[in-house]
This record gives sequence, structure tokens and C-alpha cells, in this order.
Amino acid sequence: MLAMKWRFSRRLPAASGGLKQQNMPNIRVQTEDFNLAEELHALRGENAPHTFGAITLNPSIGAVVSFIGLVRDMNDGAGVSALTLEHYPAMTEKALAQIVADAESRWRLLDCTVIHRVGELKPTDQVVLVMVASAHRGDAFLACEFIMDFLKTKAPFWKKERTLEGERWVDARASDDAAAKKWQSGV
Amino acid sequence: MLSILYFASLRERVGLASEMIALPATATVGGLIEVLRARGGVWIDALAANKPWRVAVNQDMAALDTPLNAGDEVAIFPPVTGG
Repeated sequence: MLAMKWRFSRRLPAASGGLKQQNMPNIRVQTEDFNLAEELHALRGENAPHTFGAITLNPSIGAVVSFIGLVRDMNDGAGVSALTLEHYPAMTEKALAQIVADAESRWRLLDCTVIHRVGELKPTDQVVLVMVASAHRGDAFLACEFIMDFLKTKAPFWKKERTLEGERWVDARASDDAAAKKWQSGV
Repeated sequence: MLSILYFASLRERVGLASEMIALPATATVGGLIEVLRARGGVWIDALAANKPWRVAVNQDMAALDTPLNAGDEVAIFPPVTGG
């Protein structure tokens, strides 16, 4: 539903009564690393959303909150030497788009970027980026946490760790379910 | 026919990434799970009622009573652990 709204709003003239049009969210699943500065610049770009090197920045954006998830070298008491991320390609971007649409229906957001890496990663590597732009910080802070909480519990990614004892699939955490549930009671 | 996909630890447990299956007589997710469990062995264990497996139908999360139609893509997987 909301994805359709985004597509529609994008076709409107840029200046319609001074209202800033929302940009299409930038959702990507990739093996390559990402660059925070480049993604921030693309998010803030007004005329060419998500095109690196956009010169004009959107002056309606007053706040950007970003979260970066990183591979740690330790999990559940064992040293981790590598991490393999598997996903369900046909469903992943659909699930992420739905999570972003849900955030969009709860807060006033101007743009959003979600990048999740897959394949083999090692400790210190970047895994995930969620970046949210809004007019004021409150919406951006809340939406960024909301998107991460639901990404952890709804998006079809699975982690397999390599440790000295061998390979093991990472178990889902009850604390992640609790983090997602807290949004149902309203915050 | 249904297209069935298995992911992550569940894929490794049943030793299969994908297969085609005839639409079960009881054309629901629950009906499909019963057909798979009837294979015995690892299938009973991997799809035990007390195991936290999840099911998506046509890339949307589904429940046991979600209806199935010929041509649907059904994915069965453990709880997600991304992020």
C-alpha cells in the first residue's frame, strides 16, 4: 500500500505547495560493504534520490539517525572467526519494504535507507545500516529503532558462526522478540 | 503443485533446499506440515510441534490455517537471526 503511495508521490512535481515529497526508501541486500558518508549524502539528496554525487540537498530534513550493526568477535561465550549470512531472496526486500512502510505510517519520515549484507563476513565488518531522515529528531530516533527491532524478528536472514568448536547456527533471542513486542503497546 | 523451500538450519536438517509437492488433500499450511511429517525420520523431528519453525506462503508470513493453492511458494525456516 505505502510502496504505492511512495511511487505516486514521486511522480508529483517537487514543489507542490511547499510540501516536501517523500522519497522512495532505498532498500538493498548486497554482499558488498557500504560507506556511511556516501549513503548519508544520497539520503539527503533532493533532486536525484539515492544517486551518489547529488549536489542539491533536501532542506526539509532536520534530523538523520543511523544505526550500523557490526560483526563481533565473541558470541555466547565463544570466539567467532567468521559469520555467514543466508537469506530468502524473494522475501527479503518485500519484508524490509513492509517494515519501512509500517514505520512510515507511525512517524513523519522524509526518507529511509536500509542496507543488509549477506554472504561471508568477519569480525569488525559492517552487517546492516538503517538510516532515517525526518524534520525533527524524535521521529527519526524512534523510527530507526523500530525498523531495527522488526528487521531482527521479521526479515528472513539467518546467521551461521564459525568458532574454534566448528560452525553453528545462531539461535533467535527472546530479547529480540521482546524488543519488537514493545512497539505493540505503543511508545 | 507447490514449490517448497527450506532455509538455514532446517535446510541442513532435512538435507533438502527445495522440492515440488502435490497440493495436499487438506490444502492448508497445517495440511502440508502433516504430509511432510508423515515421511518420518528427520522430518518428524525438524517439524515437531515444539520446534520454533516458521512458514511463509508467497513470501508472506503464514499460520497453520493459511490456505494453499496450486502454484504457491511455501518456505519453511527457523526463526530469523539477521541484523
